Amino acid sequence: MQCPSIIWLLLSSLMGACIVTMTSALALDESAERRLTHLVRQDCGSCHGMTLKGGLGGPLLPKDLKEFESESIASIILDGVPGKPMPPWQGQLSKEEALWIADKLKKGFPQ
Amino acid sequence: MKRREFLKASALGTAAAALVSPAAACPGELRGTGDLAVIIERASGSVMIVDTTAHETLHRVEGFGDLSHASAVYSRDERYAYIFGRDGGLTKLDILEGVITKRILQAGNAIGGAISDDGKLVAVSNYKPGGVRVFDANTLEPVADIPATFENDKRSKTVGLVDAPGRRFIFTLYDAGEIWIADFSSGSKPQLTRFMDIGDLPYDALITGDGRHYIAGLFGEDGLTHIDLWADEPAPRRILSGYGRGEKKLPVYKMPHLEGWAEGGGHFLLPAVGRHELLVMDAGTFKEAGRIAVHGQPVFAVARPDGRQAWVNFAHPLNDTIQVVDIPSLKIIHEFKPGPAALHMEFSPRGHEVWLSVRDSNEVHVYDTSSFRKLAVLKAQSPSGIFMTARAHRIGL
Repeated sequence: MQCPSIIWLLLSSLMGACIVTMTSALALDESAERRLTHLVRQDCGSCHGMTLKGGLGGPLLPKDLKEFESESIASIILDGVPGKPMPPWQGQLSKEEALWIADKLKKGFPQ
Repeated sequence: MKRREFLKASALGTAAAALVSPAAACPGELRGTGDLAVIIERASGSVMIVDTTAHETLHRVEGFGDLSHASAVYSRDERYAYIFGRDGGLTKLDILEGVITKRILQAGNAIGGAISDDGKLVAVSNYKPGGVRVFDANTLEPVADIPATFENDKRSKTVGLVDAPGRRFIFTLYDAGEIWIADFSSGSKPQLTRFMDIGDLPYDALITGDGRHYIAGLFGEDGLTHIDLWADEPAPRRILSGYGRGEKKLPVYKMPHLEGWAEGGGHFLLPAVGRHELLVMDAGTFKEAGRIAVHGQPVFAVARPDGRQAWVNFAHPLNDTIQVVDIPSLKIIHEFKPGPAALHMEFSPRGHEVWLSVRDSNEVHVYDTSSFRKLAVLKAQSPSGIFMTARAHRIGL
């Protein structure tokens, strides 16, 4: 298994009480996309690596995420992973934004 | 003198000058390196070499790979910086000439390194494959590989790698909850000492400037783990257990760093994980001696070298602010907003200035630590870590 931590992350998130229901990714305006791209590269990057190849947190490249639906990834982003350093970004990010990030991560995140 | 002889003589002269004068700025001009620093430009894989007296950039050197969370240590002569990249890159940089002397990719994913007290070994802390690799500081040829194995065949990420007196390296196993000492005093084959059950998810560690105390911060528990390396039989013990007193942690958007923690006036100041607080610890008893409410979740709490002040920066989304604590009174005496993502601070060796990376404005600021006046602004691309050459002569840096 190439990435046990991601699978663990996903399972623990799915087992959590809060399952967020979401529709498909909305298109965000350009400045929001720029802000989110910067946030993911720089701030998520402090644990997952700026190139998203992983660090203290697991890697987030398309090959690492191909087993997972965007909705599940967005839930992890919003709810975090209890007992692990992954924090809940609820309050910092809307559902639409989390879903946009998840979707882009699966496709290959913009620079 | 005939023309041919003249040419020969001047060629020899140039060669001799080159031998004795490695200065960077102008050929023939000698200079020391004691007031130089390197600044990591995390997004572009480049490094700036700056003159901290003139507040000037001397060189920008490219080709360091992925420098997110990069750090540096120095050779004893302060001529070479060893830059540790996220991608496992270990690069030896000649800061006088502004050129890369040697570069290797020693692992897939790394988190910093250390240099031995004799300056001969450079060790790198790796996430993938989990462990520590040690190289000859001169040639970067491999000397030792220390896989961080636990529970039979699992490999742990390593954090908190420091040098310790006696040609030793100490590091912490994040996944395994262990601390290891690798003793190279008898040569290139290390003697390993393992301390088990040191706590849940140790995320970083430090060694005090006297080389006596190694302390690991725990993410999975309220508390830290301390080893007194001067004890006859060093052993880990929990300190500041339950500092959160069972209260729920706030979400942690950036892990605190322990390197460069603040020690002064008989106190240590430590960032509390998931709290808008600094913990004050008595440096003699290692018991809690108070708390200081601060602006956000602290990332770095760094003491000015005289121990009079600690400067504190904060995690996202409050990372645009710096607070200064007067250590004798434990009061906040100054607060300012240098701009978004004020990531890293480095004091001049005697503390008259502090250098500060403001990542999102692509600037490095220099402040006077007495008047808090801004003295200079240098342009940089997404600057993060700042490392002055005086680190060459300090334990644990």
